[in-house]
Amino acid sequence: MGVDDKQRYICQTKPDGFEQVIPESFPGKVIPGGNGANIVISSLDQVVNWGRSNSLWPLYFGTSCCAIEMMQTGAPKHDFSRFGFEVARPSARQADLIIIAGTIVNKMAPVLRRLYDQMAEPKYVIAMGACAISGGPFYYNSYSVVKGADHVIPVDVYVPGCPPRPEALLEGMIMLQEKIKKESMKEKVNPIDGFDEGKI
Amino acid sequence: MTNEEIQHIVSGFSDALTFSEEASEFLNVEVPVAELHKVCEQLKSNPDLKFDYLFCVTGMDWGTDLGVIYHLESTTFRHNIVLKVRTSDRENPTLDSVADIWLTAELHEMEVYDFFGIKFNNHPNLRRLFLPLEWEGWPLRKDYVDEENMIIK
Repeated sequence: MGVDDKQRYICQTKPDGFEQVIPESFPGKVIPGGNGANIVISSLDQVVNWGRSNSLWPLYFGTSCCAIEMMQTGAPKHDFSRFGFEVARPSARQADLIIIAGTIVNKMAPVLRRLYDQMAEPKYVIAMGACAISGGPFYYNSYSVVKGADHVIPVDVYVPGCPPRPEALLEGMIMLQEKIKKESMKEKVNPIDGFDEGKI
Repeated sequence: MTNEEIQHIVSGFSDALTFSEEASEFLNVEVPVAELHKVCEQLKSNPDLKFDYLFCVTGMDWGTDLGVIYHLESTTFRHNIVLKVRTSDRENPTLDSVADIWLTAELHEMEVYDFFGIKFNNHPNLRRLFLPLEWEGWPLRKDYVDEENMIIK
């Protein structure tokens, strides 16, 4: 994709100077109101979800080797900021998304839960790699490893691999965006409600 | 110094030592529990050996016996030796601490105590290191049972 192909603005026009270019991902219909002004028809859900899904700030949470792949996903070669993940935050208060990159042990589990509780809503969770999904290589005969991060906090997307390549993590993150775009404010519940009682 | 020369010197410290070179480039010495501290002191102070660097302390559960393996090096002569000590007392295994000879042993013996429950006499601060203070049991022992957290295969 070259610079010329980029369609950045809703007010951008086609070469003839009349018809306006609307990005395909724009959630709604734009009716030209004449004189350069527009009327936009959409539902609030679509606009809110569009904004949320394209500005997800992940929290740095790397507990083992998956974190190296997560760093690479944020580094220039794969660069998750292309998809709106932008800046990784070291503070739970400023993050929308927690990528669990690594093994969760019994001693770490309360810390993970606390970080999750500190995040402002809406908040999302990606379990990256075998350890975060099920305990992975430490499933059997281990006294210390939690058998899956979903015993501690509710998980939205699981990315398999040991560790997953950056492409796989990106795929998982884009899947999370798709999930967010289908949300409805009316039906949305806090995922932690009832979680400790066994509701998934 | 070659392993043979080291063995020649070390065998003079005590009659109860057994030597081997099983699967290792280092000379292995098995030391009885009662002789451990005395032998270690001599290993460090002997002018021809000068084992002044304890670079690894390993807790071990051989199934029947519990024990500790000490890897030593001399920073002057660059030769190595491995000490093994074992006790068949699983209820109350107790060894002498070597923390007064090599200070680094203080931390490593805490770790061995944490995971294997081997107690060290004269250790200045023997307590849980990595596990929570209220943890019960010794998780790296072969016979450790935890039905809640462990899935046995």
